[in-house]
Amino acid sequence: MIAIGAGMAALTGIGAGIGIGMATSKAVEGIARQPEASGKITSTLILGCALAEATAIYGLVIGLMIIIML
Amino acid sequence: MGSISEIINHHLEYTTGAIQIGGFMIPRGVYISWGIILVLVVLSIWFTRKMEVVPTKKRQVVIESFVNMLYNMLYGILGEHGKRYIPYLMTVMIYLGVANMVGLFGLAPPTKDLNVTVALAVMSIILVQYAAIHQKGVGGWMKSFTQPVAVVTPLNVLELVIKPLSLCMRLFGNILGAFIIMELIKTVIPAVVPLAASMYFDIFDAFLQAYVFVFLTSLYIQEAIE
Repeated sequence: MIAIGAGMAALTGIGAGIGIGMATSKAVEGIARQPEASGKITSTLILGCALAEATAIYGLVIGLMIIIML
Repeated sequence: MGSISEIINHHLEYTTGAIQIGGFMIPRGVYISWGIILVLVVLSIWFTRKMEVVPTKKRQVVIESFVNMLYNMLYGILGEHGKRYIPYLMTVMIYLGVANMVGLFGLAPPTKDLNVTVALAVMSIILVQYAAIHQKGVGGWMKSFTQPVAVVTPLNVLELVIKPLSLCMRLFGNILGAFIIMELIKTVIPAVVPLAASMYFDIFDAFLQAYVFVFLTSLYIQEAIE
Protein backbone atom coordinates (compact mmCIF):
# COMPACT_ATOMS: atom_id res chain seq x y z
CA MET A 1 0.00 0.00 0.00
CA ILE A 2 2.84 2.32 0.82
CA ALA A 3 4.36 1.69 -2.59
CA ILE A 4 1.05 2.38 -4.33
CA GLY A 5 0.66 5.63 -2.41
CA ALA A 6 4.16 6.79 -3.20
CA GLY A 7 3.71 5.84 -6.84
CA MET A 8 0.53 7.89 -7.06
CA ALA A 9 2.30 10.85 -5.50
CA ALA A 10 4.80 10.70 -8.33
CA LEU A 11 2.04 11.25 -10.89
CA THR A 12 2.12 15.01 -10.22
CA GLY A 13 4.97 15.16 -12.69
CA ILE A 14 2.44 14.90 -15.51
CA GLY A 15 1.01 18.36 -14.83
CA ALA A 16 4.42 19.98 -14.68
CA GLY A 17 5.58 18.24 -17.85
CA ILE A 18 2.56 19.29 -19.89
CA GLY A 19 2.52 22.84 -18.54
CA ILE A 20 6.20 23.51 -19.10
CA GLY A 21 6.02 21.92 -22.54
CA MET A 22 3.21 24.26 -23.58
CA ALA A 23 5.02 27.27 -22.14
CA THR A 24 8.18 26.40 -24.04
CA SER A 25 6.27 26.00 -27.29
CA LYS A 26 4.75 29.46 -26.92
CA ALA A 27 8.15 30.88 -26.05
CA VAL A 28 9.74 29.36 -29.13
CA GLU A 29 6.91 30.76 -31.23
CA GLY A 30 7.49 34.20 -29.73
CA ILE A 31 11.20 34.07 -30.44
CA ALA A 32 10.54 32.95 -34.01
CA ARG A 33 8.28 35.92 -34.52
CA GLN A 34 10.60 38.52 -32.98
CA PRO A 35 14.22 37.45 -32.52
CA GLU A 36 15.20 40.77 -30.90
CA ALA A 37 13.05 40.01 -27.87
CA SER A 38 14.68 36.64 -27.25
CA GLY A 39 16.53 37.79 -24.10
CA LYS A 40 13.38 38.86 -22.28
CA ILE A 41 11.40 35.86 -23.53
CA THR A 42 14.09 33.47 -22.30
CA SER A 43 14.27 34.92 -18.81
CA THR A 44 10.48 34.98 -18.48
CA LEU A 45 10.39 31.36 -19.63
CA ILE A 46 12.95 30.30 -17.03
CA LEU A 47 11.04 32.05 -14.27
CA GLY A 48 7.74 30.49 -15.35
CA CYS A 49 9.31 27.03 -15.47
CA ALA A 50 10.73 27.38 -11.96
CA LEU A 51 7.30 28.32 -10.63
CA ALA A 52 5.49 25.54 -12.50
CA GLU A 53 8.05 23.00 -11.33
CA ALA A 54 6.96 23.66 -7.75
CA THR A 55 3.79 21.56 -8.04
CA ALA A 56 5.82 18.60 -9.20
CA ILE A 57 8.15 19.16 -6.24
CA TYR A 58 5.18 19.05 -3.85
CA GLY A 59 4.47 15.56 -5.19
CA LEU A 60 8.07 14.55 -4.56
CA VAL A 61 7.93 15.83 -0.98
CA ILE A 62 4.68 13.97 -0.29
CA GLY A 63 6.14 10.78 -1.81
CA LEU A 64 9.21 11.06 0.40
CA MET A 65 7.08 11.66 3.48
CA ILE A 66 4.93 8.64 2.68
CA ILE A 67 7.98 6.40 2.32
CA ILE A 68 9.62 7.69 5.48
CA MET A 69 6.72 7.89 7.85
CA LEU A 70 4.43 5.01 6.93
CA MET B 1 15.81 -1.13 -2.69
CA GLY B 2 16.39 -1.17 1.03
CA SER B 3 19.59 0.77 0.56
CA ILE B 4 17.86 3.65 -1.25
CA SER B 5 15.39 4.21 1.55
CA GLU B 6 18.31 4.05 3.95
CA ILE B 7 20.06 6.79 2.01
CA ILE B 8 16.93 8.93 2.04
CA ASN B 9 16.36 8.30 5.73
CA HIS B 10 19.93 9.19 6.54
CA HIS B 11 19.70 12.48 4.69
CA LEU B 12 16.36 13.54 6.09
CA GLU B 13 17.61 13.25 9.67
CA TYR B 14 18.77 16.65 10.80
CA THR B 15 20.50 15.45 13.93
CA THR B 16 23.29 13.66 12.07
CA GLY B 17 26.57 15.51 11.99
CA ALA B 18 25.66 17.64 14.96
CA ILE B 19 28.60 18.81 17.01
CA GLN B 20 28.59 19.59 20.67
CA ILE B 21 29.69 22.91 22.13
CA GLY B 22 29.25 23.30 25.87
CA GLY B 23 25.84 21.84 26.61
CA PHE B 24 24.34 22.46 23.15
CA MET B 25 23.88 20.09 20.24
CA ILE B 26 24.35 22.23 17.16
CA PRO B 27 22.74 20.77 14.04
CA ARG B 28 24.72 20.54 10.85
CA GLY B 29 22.62 23.11 9.01
CA VAL B 30 23.40 25.73 11.65
CA TYR B 31 27.17 25.51 11.67
CA ILE B 32 27.39 25.31 7.88
CA SER B 33 25.30 28.49 7.82
CA TRP B 34 27.77 30.08 10.21
CA GLY B 35 30.61 29.13 7.90
CA ILE B 36 28.78 30.68 4.94
CA ILE B 37 28.08 33.88 6.87
CA LEU B 38 31.74 34.11 7.87
CA VAL B 39 32.92 33.68 4.28
CA LEU B 40 30.44 36.27 2.99
CA VAL B 41 31.40 38.83 5.66
CA VAL B 42 35.10 38.40 4.93
CA LEU B 43 34.45 38.77 1.19
CA SER B 44 32.36 41.90 1.75
CA ILE B 45 35.03 43.54 3.88
CA TRP B 46 37.72 42.69 1.35
CA PHE B 47 35.70 44.12 -1.53
CA THR B 48 34.88 47.40 0.17
CA ARG B 49 38.30 48.35 1.46
CA LYS B 50 39.58 51.75 0.31
CA MET B 51 36.64 52.65 -1.85
CA GLU B 52 36.92 55.82 -3.93
CA VAL B 53 34.28 58.12 -5.33
CA VAL B 54 35.64 57.70 -8.85
CA PRO B 55 36.66 54.04 -8.98
CA THR B 56 40.06 53.21 -10.36
CA LYS B 57 40.46 49.68 -9.06
CA LYS B 58 38.89 46.77 -10.86
CA ARG B 59 37.42 45.12 -7.79
CA GLN B 60 35.34 48.16 -6.89
CA VAL B 61 33.87 48.26 -10.40
CA VAL B 62 33.03 44.57 -10.19
CA ILE B 63 31.25 44.82 -6.87
CA GLU B 64 29.45 48.01 -7.86
CA SER B 65 28.09 46.49 -11.06
CA PHE B 66 26.98 43.36 -9.19
CA VAL B 67 25.13 45.31 -6.50
CA ASN B 68 23.61 47.58 -9.13
CA MET B 69 22.31 44.63 -11.08
CA LEU B 70 20.58 43.19 -8.01
CA TYR B 71 19.23 46.58 -6.96
CA ASN B 72 17.72 47.37 -10.37
CA MET B 73 16.18 43.94 -10.60
CA LEU B 74 14.42 44.41 -7.26
CA TYR B 75 13.58 48.06 -7.79
CA GLY B 76 11.69 47.16 -10.96
CA ILE B 77 9.32 45.04 -8.90
CA LEU B 78 9.07 47.00 -5.69
CA GLY B 79 8.97 50.56 -6.93
CA GLU B 80 9.47 53.71 -4.89
CA HIS B 81 7.51 52.76 -1.79
CA GLY B 82 9.24 49.44 -1.38
CA LYS B 83 12.75 50.83 -1.61
CA ARG B 84 13.44 50.32 2.09
CA TYR B 85 13.11 46.54 1.90
CA ILE B 86 15.61 46.06 -0.92
CA PRO B 87 18.78 45.62 1.24
CA TYR B 88 17.21 42.75 3.20
CA LEU B 89 16.05 41.06 0.00
CA MET B 90 19.49 41.42 -1.60
CA THR B 91 21.07 39.84 1.46
CA VAL B 92 18.66 36.92 1.37
CA MET B 93 19.33 36.38 -2.32
CA ILE B 94 23.11 36.29 -1.87
CA TYR B 95 22.89 34.04 1.20
CA LEU B 96 20.48 31.62 -0.48
CA GLY B 97 22.49 31.52 -3.68
CA VAL B 98 25.63 30.56 -1.81
CA ALA B 99 23.85 28.24 0.64
CA ASN B 100 22.21 26.20 -2.11
CA MET B 101 25.48 25.91 -3.94
CA VAL B 102 27.80 24.51 -1.26
CA GLY B 103 26.95 21.01 -2.46
CA LEU B 104 29.64 21.77 -5.03
CA PHE B 105 32.26 21.72 -2.28
CA GLY B 106 31.15 18.46 -0.74
CA LEU B 107 29.18 19.99 2.15
CA ALA B 108 25.51 19.42 2.76
CA PRO B 109 23.54 22.56 1.84
CA PRO B 110 21.87 24.08 4.93
CA THR B 111 18.62 24.54 3.01
CA LYS B 112 18.37 20.78 2.75
CA ASP B 113 17.02 20.98 6.27
CA LEU B 114 13.32 21.84 6.48
CA ASN B 115 13.89 24.00 9.55
CA VAL B 116 16.08 26.45 7.66
CA THR B 117 13.61 26.95 4.82
CA VAL B 118 10.65 27.30 7.17
CA ALA B 119 12.55 29.96 9.11
CA LEU B 120 13.28 31.89 5.93
CA ALA B 121 9.67 31.64 4.75
CA VAL B 122 8.33 32.81 8.13
CA MET B 123 10.71 35.79 8.04
CA SER B 124 9.45 36.65 4.56
CA ILE B 125 5.82 36.55 5.59
CA ILE B 126 6.43 38.66 8.69
CA LEU B 127 8.19 41.17 6.45
CA VAL B 128 5.22 41.27 4.06
CA GLN B 129 2.71 41.87 6.85
CA TYR B 130 4.96 44.49 8.42
CA ALA B 131 5.20 46.27 5.06
CA ALA B 132 1.42 46.27 4.76
CA ILE B 133 0.97 47.63 8.29
CA HIS B 134 3.64 50.29 7.79
CA GLN B 135 2.02 51.50 4.61
CA LYS B 136 -1.63 51.31 5.50
CA GLY B 137 -1.84 51.28 9.28
CA VAL B 138 -3.34 48.48 11.33
CA GLY B 139 -6.93 49.33 10.40
CA GLY B 140 -6.13 49.42 6.72
CA TRP B 141 -4.34 46.11 7.03
CA MET B 142 -7.37 44.49 8.59
CA LYS B 143 -9.57 45.95 5.91
CA SER B 144 -7.29 44.72 3.13
CA PHE B 145 -8.35 41.20 4.03
CA THR B 146 -11.83 41.98 2.71
CA GLN B 147 -10.59 43.20 -0.65
CA PRO B 148 -11.80 42.90 -3.41
CA VAL B 149 -15.05 41.30 -2.28
CA ALA B 150 -16.04 40.61 1.34
CA VAL B 151 -16.83 37.00 0.48
CA VAL B 152 -13.18 36.04 -0.10
CA THR B 153 -12.08 37.00 3.43
CA PRO B 154 -11.54 33.37 4.61
CA LEU B 155 -9.47 32.74 1.48
CA ASN B 156 -7.34 35.81 2.18
CA VAL B 157 -6.76 34.73 5.76
CA LEU B 158 -5.89 31.22 4.55
CA GLU B 159 -3.37 32.72 2.15
CA LEU B 160 -1.47 34.03 5.16
CA VAL B 161 -0.58 30.42 5.86
CA ILE B 162 -0.40 29.03 2.34
CA LYS B 163 2.05 31.54 0.89
CA PRO B 164 4.95 30.80 3.28
CA LEU B 165 4.15 27.09 3.05
CA SER B 166 4.53 27.08 -0.72
CA LEU B 167 7.70 29.20 -0.52
CA CYS B 168 9.43 26.87 1.91
CA MET B 169 8.24 23.65 0.27
CA ARG B 170 9.44 24.77 -3.11
CA LEU B 171 12.92 25.62 -1.85
CA PHE B 172 13.22 22.56 0.39
CA GLY B 173 11.94 20.10 -2.22
CA ASN B 174 14.20 21.41 -4.96
CA ILE B 175 17.37 21.37 -2.88
CA LEU B 176 16.65 18.05 -1.16
CA GLY B 177 15.73 16.38 -4.44
CA ALA B 178 18.86 17.69 -6.13
CA PHE B 179 21.00 16.50 -3.22
CA ILE B 180 19.52 13.00 -3.17
CA ILE B 181 19.83 12.62 -6.93
CA MET B 182 23.46 13.76 -6.80
CA GLU B 183 24.20 11.21 -4.06
CA LEU B 184 22.54 8.43 -6.04
CA ILE B 185 24.43 9.34 -9.22
CA LYS B 186 27.70 9.41 -7.33
CA THR B 187 26.96 5.95 -5.94
CA VAL B 188 26.04 4.45 -9.29
CA ILE B 189 28.35 6.14 -11.83
CA PRO B 190 31.16 7.96 -10.07
CA ALA B 191 33.06 8.80 -13.25
CA VAL B 192 31.91 11.63 -15.54
CA VAL B 193 28.14 11.93 -15.17
CA PRO B 194 28.31 13.70 -11.76
CA LEU B 195 30.11 16.58 -13.46
CA ALA B 196 27.36 17.28 -15.99
CA ALA B 197 24.56 16.68 -13.49
CA SER B 198 26.29 18.88 -10.94
CA MET B 199 26.44 21.77 -13.40
CA TYR B 200 22.67 21.74 -13.54
CA PHE B 201 21.72 20.83 -9.99
CA ASP B 202 24.39 22.49 -7.93
CA ILE B 203 24.82 25.72 -9.89
CA PHE B 204 21.90 26.56 -12.13
CA ASP B 205 19.12 25.18 -9.94
CA ALA B 206 20.65 26.72 -6.81
CA PHE B 207 20.74 30.26 -8.12
CA LEU B 208 17.39 29.89 -9.83
CA GLN B 209 15.66 28.80 -6.63
CA ALA B 210 17.25 31.65 -4.68
CA TYR B 211 16.06 34.12 -7.30
CA VAL B 212 12.54 32.66 -7.36
CA PHE B 213 12.28 32.83 -3.56
CA VAL B 214 13.27 36.48 -3.43
CA PHE B 215 11.21 37.36 -6.50
CA LEU B 216 8.05 35.89 -4.99
CA THR B 217 8.65 37.63 -1.66
CA SER B 218 9.10 40.98 -3.39
CA LEU B 219 5.96 40.31 -5.44
CA TYR B 220 3.99 39.75 -2.23
CA ILE B 221 5.44 42.94 -0.75
CA GLN B 222 4.48 44.93 -3.82
CA GLU B 223 1.00 43.48 -3.71
CA ALA B 224 0.66 44.40 -0.03
CA ILE B 225 1.91 47.95 -0.56
CA GLU B 226 0.00 48.41 -3.79
